Amino acid sequence: MSGLLKLKTAAELRQIYLRHEMFPTIFCDGCGLGNVLNYTLWALDELQLDLDRTVFVSGIGCSSRLSGYVNADGMHTTHGRALAFASGIKAAQPDLNVIVFTGDGDGSGIGGNHLLHTIRRNMDLTVILVNNFTYGMTGGQVAPTTPIDSFSTTTPYGNIEYPLDICALAQTLGAPYVARWMINQPYPPIKSIAQGIQKRGFALIEMLVPCPTAYGRRNGLKQLETIWQWYRDHTILIDDYEHIMHFGSPEERAALHDKIKIGVFQDYERESFEERWATLVEQVKL
Amino acid sequence: MSTHRDRLRQAMGDKVQFVQGDDACAYGAILAGCTFFAGYPITPATEVAERMAEILPKIEGCYIQMEDEIASMGAIVGASWTGVKTMTATSGPGFSLMQENLGYAIMTETPCVIVNVQRSGPSTGQPTLGAYGDMMQARWGTHGDHEIIMLCPASVQEAMELTIVAFNLAEAYRTPVLVFIDGELGHMRERLVIPEDDEFELVERTCATSREGYRPFAADENLVPAFAPFGAGFRTYVTGLTHNEAGLPRSASAPIHDQLVRRLADKILRNTDQIIRYEEFGAEECEIAIIAYGITARACRDVVEEGRQRGLKVGLLRLITIWPFPDEVVARWATRVQAILVPEMNLGQIVHPIREAVAGRCPVMLQSKIGGELHTPTELIDALEELRCQVC
Repeated sequence: MSGLLKLKTAAELRQIYLRHEMFPTIFCDGCGLGNVLNYTLWALDELQLDLDRTVFVSGIGCSSRLSGYVNADGMHTTHGRALAFASGIKAAQPDLNVIVFTGDGDGSGIGGNHLLHTIRRNMDLTVILVNNFTYGMTGGQVAPTTPIDSFSTTTPYGNIEYPLDICALAQTLGAPYVARWMINQPYPPIKSIAQGIQKRGFALIEMLVPCPTAYGRRNGLKQLETIWQWYRDHTILIDDYEHIMHFGSPEERAALHDKIKIGVFQDYERESFEERWATLVEQVKL
Repeated sequence: MSTHRDRLRQAMGDKVQFVQGDDACAYGAILAGCTFFAGYPITPATEVAERMAEILPKIEGCYIQMEDEIASMGAIVGASWTGVKTMTATSGPGFSLMQENLGYAIMTETPCVIVNVQRSGPSTGQPTLGAYGDMMQARWGTHGDHEIIMLCPASVQEAMELTIVAFNLAEAYRTPVLVFIDGELGHMRERLVIPEDDEFELVERTCATSREGYRPFAADENLVPAFAPFGAGFRTYVTGLTHNEAGLPRSASAPIHDQLVRRLADKILRNTDQIIRYEEFGAEECEIAIIAYGITARACRDVVEEGRQRGLKVGLLRLITIWPFPDEVVARWATRVQAILVPEMNLGQIVHPIREAVAGRCPVMLQSKIGGELHTPTELIDALEELRCQVC
């Protein structure tokens, strides 16, 4: 991957990478999923990935519709189970690139156990997990990621539960590549998606996207300017976070408690399931 | 230079073995060309996974132990889309967990085989003992309108043979196929003879030949679409949503849903003559018939001989294919006999489609037995005597 991205225009990307008969998308105005798709396409283009040898797998939910918009083999599976199907594809045919689109509810709620074990196994998958803090497709119910005290259709008096930090979980489980970005900065996520695809083993890229329709309008975040400002105010780069934690005043440190960390949290090498299986086969095959 | 088929045989070991029903299912899968198994340990089905874990790396296949049965079912469906033959094995609690992705396999026309070594339920029940309590779950367990294919072997040898048949049917009709045994048959050891390649048939899914104008869910005259594996450049989109022939979601269309779901059912219902298997004993001059399946049919086979020696004109219809249900075969027997005995290791499940097929032509008596013990020949003879007193 070259240091400087030479981005194609959106029109050029559409022509090359999208399944035209699937359009228009199901996404609402102000939704960030289009940006995630765009960044993914730019990353594919940067890598010149062979779409004939790439499978896009997803579960159920708004973000899981993304697999259908890319003109490649795609599998829109059952709710929460994308990683199980993707693991089957990758284990049976390790030469294929397998990219998973999932959401916070799909990937870390109903699919939480699969996330845990797919990371532990270190399946060579690139997982783009889109976190909009809610179950959007069903109209905005509380999710494992919904911020505390937020409102949703099933927390009409405020959310009393603590949200899950998916990246911290992935990091603890030993995922070779873990990053989180918001969509208002295109370059870091494009770079991370490309790095994730190239990484052997499990790569998780969590994308924070606004959902003005289902989440935002119940939490004073319906207007796009307000939402993007909220993300700017509530996120902090991991390097800045660590600097303040080490050198900041008690007041500065206290101000970090409700910030969402963004950045690349983990990036190291670890043999994948497929590689270890291939080694085992070499040893025992007849 | 040994061929791939030679290596399969070498991986399984001796041609004649003394093995369990679970082992036989694994051997059947290997003979059928299965190269991918995903599973989760569960009594009394674990030995299927153990055999596959041992054999698959030797033949350059892949075994993966998943985190649960939901994931196992998902993994075999995903793997099948790369063009390989896939299987999982489980028992009742695990089969319950597989239901959603089983429906996905039906909807997306994914060939795969699921072995269920049944144990008593509900819930954890009797893990080490046999039962046939999942017969109706197999038929209706996953939500929505659908057909399913299920085979019920009665011996270790047949468990192997019917697992091969299950793969053939899965490939031919692009649908999941169930092999249902029970804890007794799964753990029972019998003599097993591994057949030579010319002693059985192998069917492979029909693959698409040209990308030009390819429509992944447009069916042939047999109602089955041609398959294009992932990675071959066909760029297929697979979804569990109602989809058109191009594979695109059309979940709000009544005509497209009607056309799709009826075709999925019809590809099985219009080919029942190719799918349905059964065995008949003492069909001639028969007054009382036993209709049985699975391990229960073994005692019934003895009872036909013994009953006839006692002057009871008994016959046995052993159902091998349970779903789609062989109602024409049952109806034909019902016209010739005065009563039908249905021994089942459940509280009465297959007796219902039997009664529907019999349609009042003769009395149908259920002989239910649960708790993990098999029907004994004496119990069966007693039931037949009782039935004769009622009708003759």
